[in-house]
Amino acid sequence: MSFETPDLSAALPELWLLVATCGVLVVDLFSSDPRRTATLYLTQGALLVTAVLALATQWGPAEVAFSGHYVVDSLGAVLKAVVVLLSALALGYSRPYLGERGLLQGEYYLLTLFASLGMLVIASGASLLTLYLGLELLSLSLYALVGYHRDSARGPEAAMKYFVLGALASGILLYGMSMVYGASASLELGVIADVAANHEDPLLLLFGATFMLVGVAFKLGAAPFHAWVPDVYQGAPTPVTLLISTAPKVAVVALFLRLFVDGLGPLHAELQAMLLLVAVASLLVGNLVAIVQTNFKRMLAYSAISHAGFIFVGFAAGTEAGHAAALFYTITYSIMAAGAFGLVTVLSRAGLEAEEIADLRGLNERHPVYAGVLLLVLLSMTGIPGTVGFYAKYLVVQAAVQAGLIPMAVFAVIAAVVGAFYYLRVLKVAYFDRPEVGQDPEALPTPGASAPIRSLLVINGVAVLVLGVFPERLIALCRAAIGL
Amino acid sequence: MFEGWLLSLLIWLPILGGAGVLAIGRRSLGGVRGAAVVVASGTFLLAAALWLAFEPGGGMQLVEQRDWVPSLGIQYYLGVDGISMPLVVLTALATLLVVIAGCSDAIHYRVAQYMGAFLIMEGLMIGVFVALDAILFYVFWEAMLVPMFLLIGIWGGANRIYATIKFFLYTFLGSVLMLIAFLYMRLEAGSFSVLDFHDLSLGLDVQVPIFLALLAAFAVKVPMWPVHTWLPDAHTEAPTGGSVILAAVTLKMGAYGFLRYALPIVPEASAQLAWLVIAVSLIAIVYIGLVAIAQTDMKRLIAYSSIAHMGFATLGFFVVFQAGLGAAAGEGALTAMTGGYVQLISHGFISAALFLCVGVLYDRMHTRDIAAYGGVVNRMPAFGALFVLFALANAGLPGTSGFVGELLVILGSYQASFWYAALAGLTLIVGAAYSLWLVKRVVFGPVANEEVDGLRDLDRRELALLGVLAVLVIGLGIYPQALVTVAEPALVELLDDVSAALTAAR
Repeated sequence: MSFETPDLSAALPELWLLVATCGVLVVDLFSSDPRRTATLYLTQGALLVTAVLALATQWGPAEVAFSGHYVVDSLGAVLKAVVVLLSALALGYSRPYLGERGLLQGEYYLLTLFASLGMLVIASGASLLTLYLGLELLSLSLYALVGYHRDSARGPEAAMKYFVLGALASGILLYGMSMVYGASASLELGVIADVAANHEDPLLLLFGATFMLVGVAFKLGAAPFHAWVPDVYQGAPTPVTLLISTAPKVAVVALFLRLFVDGLGPLHAELQAMLLLVAVASLLVGNLVAIVQTNFKRMLAYSAISHAGFIFVGFAAGTEAGHAAALFYTITYSIMAAGAFGLVTVLSRAGLEAEEIADLRGLNERHPVYAGVLLLVLLSMTGIPGTVGFYAKYLVVQAAVQAGLIPMAVFAVIAAVVGAFYYLRVLKVAYFDRPEVGQDPEALPTPGASAPIRSLLVINGVAVLVLGVFPERLIALCRAAIGL
Repeated sequence: MFEGWLLSLLIWLPILGGAGVLAIGRRSLGGVRGAAVVVASGTFLLAAALWLAFEPGGGMQLVEQRDWVPSLGIQYYLGVDGISMPLVVLTALATLLVVIAGCSDAIHYRVAQYMGAFLIMEGLMIGVFVALDAILFYVFWEAMLVPMFLLIGIWGGANRIYATIKFFLYTFLGSVLMLIAFLYMRLEAGSFSVLDFHDLSLGLDVQVPIFLALLAAFAVKVPMWPVHTWLPDAHTEAPTGGSVILAAVTLKMGAYGFLRYALPIVPEASAQLAWLVIAVSLIAIVYIGLVAIAQTDMKRLIAYSSIAHMGFATLGFFVVFQAGLGAAAGEGALTAMTGGYVQLISHGFISAALFLCVGVLYDRMHTRDIAAYGGVVNRMPAFGALFVLFALANAGLPGTSGFVGELLVILGSYQASFWYAALAGLTLIVGAAYSLWLVKRVVFGPVANEEVDGLRDLDRRELALLGVLAVLVIGLGIYPQALVTVAEPALVELLDDVSAALTAAR
């Protein structure tokens, strides 16, 4: 390996985000504004510029840079644009929530920025090292964010669980990577792919791949590595839950696509059984356990596990269509999850978290517009046509059918029917149950926050519908990113 | 006039109009009712224009074809033939009646959402009947569940939540398997166009699972015994309008699915498994008819009678395989098929009318319990006369639409087997038993109690609604040719396709 001075402009989005993050850090240091307005706008601006830079400079055929550690391609461009936009969306919901609880500090924005930077690094990772570094930057920022509300009872507990289990998963991932390195004598995914394709006895590679898969499944929250998901979703401050359930999911899909498609793609046939197992387990655990939840955030956590199962169905198909389906699924799921947690954020206020399903009682009676948002988002998660969630499931199931995995496809759609039950149960509370007579209206959750944030929530809900009726652009984008 | 746009207008006018009605919200009750009636009437006029623009004959007409999701090959592909066109008109008519019926004070909670849900559902149901792209069909088919879910759940009776969740999950489970069948056929046919699906020649080993997947979707919707159990609950707990739409239109979607998808796409499997459908249809006709006799709740009784009557339609569709299909005696097949089809439309009128009648009584007495009534005719003579008419039509009285369908199906079945005809013929006895006994207990006899004594007769709106249906029921009974001319060429074409495919397979 010869060392040459790298062309830094290849990594323009990352470099820009790093510089901007440092800038925000300095500005925030000297800001005395308790509402942190400058920090917020600078952060959002930095993220939006990153999205533009990623799409403008990185879309195109794949180019490897930085001695094979970094790849510039369309997939990376789309992933980067999506993760920073989702991070910006998450930040958009969070300020009133944080402000009312005395959590509004510059660190919140900085941690989000560093998490975004980690996700960008994953999206362009072309070697095991880059991917691991990006993942750790992301994970460490998220651990801190989960425990951000240190005076709450559940927050620090959730952060501790997340940290301990997350560190274990990172260790397992690293262990797997070391085996793959041992078998292929290279960190570069391109070389690993060559070795995997021509290996006569890929046993060591398969061992490594298995450990790596455990790490990825953990980060995505797929069963049987899902134990952290419900506690963290429930314990974290709602805007952080929103963040965790959106952009990092996309980043982990990126991690999978890099590791198991760019790198170990030739071993897909051997790994398929494991992927199917994870998919089936996630669909079962997620959908069945969600039924008995009474806490809305916790229910959505189990629903996230089942959605991870759907994403794994796309992975298991192993075709380009399957990967595009998984990517589309993750992006659209993130939009839905942002809507659902955004609603909880907007309905809550200091002293009333509005996170129990029972808190939504009679929402249609009191605030039909927000009930409408809830309806759209939950129908989309169910996969009802007319909402974008239908196309997400459609693409995954189609990929599975095309790959000949018809029993898996049948299982997945039946799991979706089971899933429909708990979404309908929430809708039942919001639509069919009337508020109790004589209850103090002040004690009920009311849309708070500011008018722009409430509009953002409505737009988020309507987006689910619009994308469901006109999905072509987004589908074409995801397929183009994968190279279809 | 709207050449190339008419079908789209029929779908989107009610959907967008429904969204507009939702937007009015709680601001103006009169505005909501007025807007809803205008949108529903407009749609009905368009449907009438469709009837006039339609030229009897085979093939798809008024076709619209545009790309919708090109990267997946999904098209916005619409068209009607003699099978779907009358169902579109029926949908528009039923919705108009329901919207007008909903303008009474019986619906006072969230009127905008009530009307909006019906209008949006109207557009989606019309979409089901005119879609020629399998995925477009599936989109409308599933999306239609949502407004119905909310209608039953928000405005329904005491046990509404159980009923509506059961309704949703049952139908959802049935249809997801259909989606997988569509995806598989897409791989074989290279497009999602239904007409391309018709040209597929699949092996029997593939046809059977596809048929079973389609059967799961359509049988739940029809509904056929033994997957009918959602229907009595849903019908009973739904508000009057919801019951009318469920009975008059939603059930037809399942039967339509058999005609459009199951028979032409997988003819061999249909022939192979016709015995199964015939058997469950006969069970529905006889056993469910007996169950209907035992009901004490008026809506439940009509719901069970709906299942029995829909059994006639499915019997008519599947008995064709044993009634000399494609042979010289092919008349039996066409008779049965036509009978089943006429039964669909006729049941749409009769069941809508019966549910509206029950709604009239329920608005006044707030009970559906048959035992709470008696001697209604003494206080409501006009209502009594109409109710008796519809009950007799339900029992298959000659001169009403109910007679035509049942007679043709029985005649067709006779070509297949004497025993089919004999069992199906039992319905004339059983149907008469539950219909007439219902009438006897509710309408006739001395005035049962003080509440019945205080009943007032139909107002003008109710009289108009039931009067229109009475005219249609008698009209179709006396002159079924009006419907048969429209539908028959399409049915003949369908039978020809099926028999050609069966011959080729042999």
